[in-house]
Amino acid sequence: MKYALAFIGIIAGTLLTIAMMLSWERPPMASTQIGPRGLGMVEINNPRTEAKLQKANVAPEADPPVKLSGVKVKDSKDYQNVQVLGDLDVEEFNRLMGAITNWVSPEQGCTYCHNPENMADDGLYTKVVARRMLQMTRAINTMWTPHVAQTGVTCYTCHRGNPVPANIWFKNEGTPQAGGMASSRQGQNLASKVVGTTSLTYDPFTPLLAKGANIRVDATTALPEGTSKASIHDTETTYALMMHLSTALGVNCTYCHNSRQFASWAESRPQRVTAWHGIHMVSEVNETYLGSLQSVFPKERLGPSGDVAKVNCATCHQGVYKPLYGAAMVKDYEELRQPNP
Amino acid sequence: MAMLSFEKKYRVRGGTLIGGDLFDFWVGPFYVGLFGVATMFFATLGTALIIYAASQGPTWNIWQINIAPPDLKYGLGLAPLKEGGFWQIITICAIGAFVSWMLREIEICRKLGMGYHVPVAFGFAIFAYVTLVVIRPVLLGAWGHGFPYGIISHLDWVSNVGYQYLHFHYNPAHMIAVSLFFTTTLALALHGALVLSATNPPKGEAVKTPEHEDTFFRDTIGYSIGTLGIHRLGLFLALAAVFWSAVCIVISGPFWTRGWPEWWNWWLDLPIWR
Repeated sequence: MKYALAFIGIIAGTLLTIAMMLSWERPPMASTQIGPRGLGMVEINNPRTEAKLQKANVAPEADPPVKLSGVKVKDSKDYQNVQVLGDLDVEEFNRLMGAITNWVSPEQGCTYCHNPENMADDGLYTKVVARRMLQMTRAINTMWTPHVAQTGVTCYTCHRGNPVPANIWFKNEGTPQAGGMASSRQGQNLASKVVGTTSLTYDPFTPLLAKGANIRVDATTALPEGTSKASIHDTETTYALMMHLSTALGVNCTYCHNSRQFASWAESRPQRVTAWHGIHMVSEVNETYLGSLQSVFPKERLGPSGDVAKVNCATCHQGVYKPLYGAAMVKDYEELRQPNP
Repeated sequence: MAMLSFEKKYRVRGGTLIGGDLFDFWVGPFYVGLFGVATMFFATLGTALIIYAASQGPTWNIWQINIAPPDLKYGLGLAPLKEGGFWQIITICAIGAFVSWMLREIEICRKLGMGYHVPVAFGFAIFAYVTLVVIRPVLLGAWGHGFPYGIISHLDWVSNVGYQYLHFHYNPAHMIAVSLFFTTTLALALHGALVLSATNPPKGEAVKTPEHEDTFFRDTIGYSIGTLGIHRLGLFLALAAVFWSAVCIVISGPFWTRGWPEWWNWWLDLPIWR
């Protein structure tokens, strides 16, 4: 018995050590300096995992341009109930429809959204969602250039060939808890993938990716003089959201901040401005566009608390500092960069 | 210079590592030796360079003086003096001075017929420094990964490098090192309190013996490591703390590039519950 226990212990210890050792990386690493020398403002990347990531984030080739027919969709009687893209040339419209199919539902095809008996029919909820998403794409490309610049977004930026983008979020109310003193875990202390597998707040999105949310928890004075009213819990929720940002973009804290003073814009890198606009863009997308689809989605598409699927940084970025390494897809589909009618 | 009555006993000839009798002499109470000379040389040159490099910087504010390593673009090559070259030479001087001092300690140990505990312990401190400014930069391919010489600037470096791994408290070696540092202070506090209590009895009582000390801890925590043992434990805790701090920084970058929280996925991914 004595030996059996020791034997089991040795085996278990060895297996755990092997499991632990397998995760390590090795030099040589690639490093980039992103600030004055000697301040540790450096990005260190593993060129081997970077190569894999690059392979997984390639934009598809653009469809060849079409010869315009001279007839606008809204003037053609073959096309009915086209509420957003009516100003497009018929040929341009068909090219875009083909592209959207490849980007969003390559396996399911046109009938994922359309009733093949009557293409104008709004009976399928997916068609109503798609229309709203086209408006969203146009809004992002025209009104959120401080974040998306001239690169812009297309359906592919999020969808990548999946009818439902791989990285979405629902309100997360956590696991059921016992009553009494154990009745709440304060939304934390569960290793969560969306916050970089930390035990920080596992749903920082519901409180912080909402319009008017207060992400700022830093005091503006060195001593506690009441310049920040944030609790430790608030602070950890912001930290959790930042962990999500880092994981979603494949970068670390110093990609945007100088950790000497996280709050200081003067010492931050310009990337932080882009990220600031991004956080506000995501809040608007969730509220104005996805939020408006609450009653459109069928029950099985809603989250455990009955809320609509929403976006965060990972939805577009998917582990890369610029989605698809900054491939500008929208320049081949200028119709997605028009103001909404 | 006057000699203390017991000093003669310690002034033993021989035991030098190299150089024979050449530097085997004392200046006042201080043994010199070849490595004493080497320490003086490196320490003086290094300090002079720090002062000169500081004079080339924008400030004499003691907190803000900053002598930074080169830009990453210089890789493992030499950089111009004012663009990190000073840092490189000062680093060489620092290592030269530290290692010479350790070798001088070895010579003194040999003279006195002692064990090498003191130079070994100092060797761990040197190892931690060398890990930061030589081993890790070499593994990452540029001297620019070393930390800058400045009171505030080196803290900025520590902060930024820590946040590059998102949450450094999840670094497993950092966890071990921190635990050992805290245990060192706990052991020192217990030991210090015990010695002070035993040697400062109330008026009219005799100083307590080690038996009394052992009994105190046997009564309170069921075990006493003993008068010799506590020093062995203290040495182990302190050296292990320093060793694991060196490990925690050398693995950050060369052997792990992502956030430290993510490293623990091996645990979350164990086939029993994944």
